Formats: sequence, structure tokens, C-alpha cells
Amino acid sequence: MLHNPATPPAKTRPPFASFEKSQNRYGWFFASFALLLLGLFMLYPIISSLYMSTISSRGVIQTFVGFGNYLKLLNDPVFLQALQNTFIFFLIQVPIMLLLALVIASLLNDKSLRFRGVFRTGIFLPAVTSLVAYSLLFKMMFSADGFINHGLMALHLIAAPIPWLTEPFWARITVMIAMTWRWTGYNMIFYLSGLQNIPDDLYESAEIDGAGRLQQFRHITVPMLKPILLFTAIMSTIGTLQLFDEPMNFSAMGVSAATIGPGNSLLTMSVYIYNLCFKFMPNFGYASTVAYAIVFLVAVFSVIQFRLAGDKK
Amino acid sequence: MKRRNLLFKICAYAFLSIAFVASVFPFYWMIVGMTNAAIEVIQGKMTFGRHLAQNLTILFGQFDVVRIFFNSSKIAILTVIGQLIVSSMAAYGFEFYVTKSREKVYGLVMLSMMVPLAALMVPLFRMMVKFGLLNTHAGLILISLASVFIIFFFRQSFKTFPKEIIQAARVDGAGEFRIFCSIVAPAMKATYAAAAIYAFMTSWNAYMMPLILLQTNQQKTLPLLVSTMASAYFPEYGAVMAAIVLSTLPMILIFFGLQNYFVQGITGSVKQ
Repeated sequence: MLHNPATPPAKTRPPFASFEKSQNRYGWFFASFALLLLGLFMLYPIISSLYMSTISSRGVIQTFVGFGNYLKLLNDPVFLQALQNTFIFFLIQVPIMLLLALVIASLLNDKSLRFRGVFRTGIFLPAVTSLVAYSLLFKMMFSADGFINHGLMALHLIAAPIPWLTEPFWARITVMIAMTWRWTGYNMIFYLSGLQNIPDDLYESAEIDGAGRLQQFRHITVPMLKPILLFTAIMSTIGTLQLFDEPMNFSAMGVSAATIGPGNSLLTMSVYIYNLCFKFMPNFGYASTVAYAIVFLVAVFSVIQFRLAGDKK
Repeated sequence: MKRRNLLFKICAYAFLSIAFVASVFPFYWMIVGMTNAAIEVIQGKMTFGRHLAQNLTILFGQFDVVRIFFNSSKIAILTVIGQLIVSSMAAYGFEFYVTKSREKVYGLVMLSMMVPLAALMVPLFRMMVKFGLLNTHAGLILISLASVFIIFFFRQSFKTFPKEIIQAARVDGAGEFRIFCSIVAPAMKATYAAAAIYAFMTSWNAYMMPLILLQTNQQKTLPLLVSTMASAYFPEYGAVMAAIVLSTLPMILIFFGLQNYFVQGITGSVKQ
């Protein structure tokens, strides 16, 4: 049926059911562009790499190996090293950073505090730097004769320079310090926004009841922020599990380095995928397998965090 | 009680001041470093030097910085515009036309936020080779047009938009597309600004995908330049610092310019 151009379809009053239907179509129309793109550049790659992960390739020679790559993964010392490195970052850096962000945010939420805007802006500022830029900045600061060592020695806190970048233990510490610098303010902003939605009278009545700051923090702030805490925890988990820019730029010669960090101490799964594809003879199949390992881990950790938060939404 | 409060205040100020200095200090150092010689940068000279001209000569003489800066800007601006349009429309479609099936699709979309970029590295690279889009900015922009996080961000903010206004507009005979363009979108200015900052930041600072997809010097972006400079055998640290400043400054300016929108926008999306 043709519409009379003078009367657009919205003006004619269709029966309720068909109005719903046409509305429904509009919903799909609005979403369609994003869905198309996501299907093409997200869904399709995920499915195609599932197939890829059953193939072993050395250059142009490809052989079907079924679950072979997955078995290889569990006995691959390089992968296990990458896994271990990632876990160390995840278990130590993420909790420290999130706690720090939460403490800073709740301090900044105090309306009687002066210079709140200045503190907030300054502490958030690291979040605008590129991951490459801050990695290099920290690499320079923490180099053997860099100014961190100079400063610590001038203050007589250490007798000899700390091998920040040349020993596995210290290399990891350096990257953790750098990551904390970069991301604490970022998480703080989310907490600050969440805190603004907590009504002030909750704190006021708690104060009247004689609750100290620490108690208020534990019994009001943390529970009220639970959904946001969960959100930041999951985002940080995803971020940590796909750490890439930092280890690439922290390691001695960047892209051309033979190992990532001293003794591969900074090698992460993402970097390993990159190496498998673009540094050695390309093995796209095995790289896809490693990629699936990350997807699997992200899923597992997210479920665990949802459970710990004891929240369905 | 009073004294405990005072003590707490002092501790709070001390703690925040330390955090503030630690956060801001590297910025000061990068600006100072830009004016010092390579060796002074490494040794951590904290005062302004006289090598600014020399560092800039190295930076602009050895690398095609103007072009690289233009590349970064072009990619970031086009990505931001595309992402805002595509993602806000999608979020609108999900929030204002709720049906069971659409909620399910939304759930799936949200789930895909958990898929790390690294997992897409291999297949996206192969796709771009197949499409003949390797080493093109178009390819890079195309794959980042639909951002799950920004869809989520918009939908959270749209929840605060009063639905009655839309009903009223419908009664007045406005088309669905017009309602979105001339009523909802303008009212959500702060959200758009916040999303724009976020999108710009992500695109401007991106490293992994450009590294894989843009392999020629012609196509490079700023993070790739900075990374290449620093991985030389004898890095010119003063010039590296200048490059770092160049790649960071636009973000800082944008952030300071739109800061209030940004905080407002995030607050709006956190509210449910």
C-alpha cells in the first residue's frame, strides 16, 4: 500500500498492535549499524579464530591439528610464563590500585575539603596520557642511572642503584608502579561519580550515631558503591589480561627485543600473540589458541567477580 | 572528637598532596626534559635547559612529524564522529524500543565487551589483508566505529531521559528519527561530550591496532612514532620527550577544555 506523501505514517493512527510493530522496526533500525559492524569486526573474527585455533601453520604450510594447539598450550613454557606474569599483575596491582582509587575518591567526596577540584584534576591527569608515552616516561625515570635511583641515593635510602629494569622482580614492580600511576585517577572518577549519588544524610545520621570515618567507609561507602566497584574490577581485569603497550615499550629494545623484560618477566599473553604472528614465522593458528585462552580467562574471572559481589546485575 | 577530626583532615591533605604531586610530576618532567640534552634527561635534570631548539630540530628533521600528527588527528576525529553517531543510535534503539529479543541482543553485545582486543588481532589483520585495507586509515577507522563501551555508556545516560517527552513528540507527529535528532540528542549534550573525550582519547592513544594495521612510515600515528624513536639503539631522549609532549598535549588541552562535561557525563551514566 502506498502512503499519501501528505500524511506521514506517524500521523495516521494505526491500531495498537501494528504501531508496536512499526516501533519495533525503528528500534532495530537504530541498532542496525552498530550490530552490522560488531558482527563483521567482532563476531565473525571470534568465530573464524575458533576455526583457526585448530590449525597449525608455519608460514604457508597449514595442518589441521584439532585440539592439538590447546594441548600444546598447556605444555608451552613461554605461554605458562606469560600466564604467570599476567597473574602476578592481576593479583597484586589491581587490588592495590582500586583500593587507592576508592580511598582518594572518598576523601575527595568530603565537601568541606578545600582544593577538591585541583586535587581531582591533578590525580586524574595521568589517565589522558597514551600508554606508550607513559611507559617510556617511566622507563626513563627508572633506568639504572635515572633520577629515581639518583634521588633515592641522594636521600640515602639505598646504597646502590636498584636494578629496576634489569631484574625480573624489579621490572615487574616498576611496571606495577607505572600502571598504578596511569589508572588510579581513571578509576577514581568512576567512584567519585558513584559517591555523588549516595545521599549525604546517610553519612550525617551515621555520624550522629557515632560511627567513625572508617566505619562509615566500610558500612556505607563500600556497599553503596558495589555495582561500580564490580564494574571497575571487571574493566581492570580485562585490561590486565590484555596488557600489551606497557610490556612492549618497557622492554629493552621495544619491538626488536629478543625477550620482553629481563628473562621474559614482562611477557604477557597479548605480546605473545603478537610475537607468534609478527615476529617469528607466523603461526596464526596457535596465536588464535592463545587468544582463546585470554577470552576464557576473562570470562572465568568476570564470573568469579560477579559471584564475589553477590549481585546479579 | 574535634581533635580526631582535625588530625584526620591533616592526614587527608597530606595524602592527597602526595598523590597530587606524584600524578602531576611526570608531566613537569616531560616538559623540562624536552629542553634538555639526552644525557641530562636520563640523569633526571629537573630544571629547564637550552636544548629545546636542538631537540625539535632532531624531531622534525628526522621524522615526518607534521604528517604523523595529521594522521593521528584525522583518524581520531573521524573515529569519534563515527562512533558517536553509530553508538548513540544503537543505544537509543536499545533503550527506547525495548523488546525481549532486543534485550537479548543487547546482552550479547555487552558480553562481547569481555573479548579482549588481542583476541581479535589475528583475524582482523587477516581480514584487512583480504579486503585490501592493510596500511590504510580507512581500515583502522572502520574496525573501531562500533564501540561496545560507548554504546553501554550512552544507554546508561539515556535511562535518565524522560520517556514522556518522546511520547508527547510522537503525539505531535514527529517522526522517530526526528525525535532522536532534534529532541534526544541535543538534550544529552554532556553525554556526547564525555563520550567524545573518551573516544578521542582511545583513538589518539591507540597502539596495538595501528602497530599491526599501519606498517608503513607514511601511515604512522604518534604513539607508533614515539615507540619507534625510543627503541632506537641510541635514543635521542630529549627529542623523545618532545615527541611525548607533542602526543600528550592535545589530550590535556581537550580534557581541560571539556572537563566539566566529562565529569557530568560520567556522573549521568553511573546514575541508574
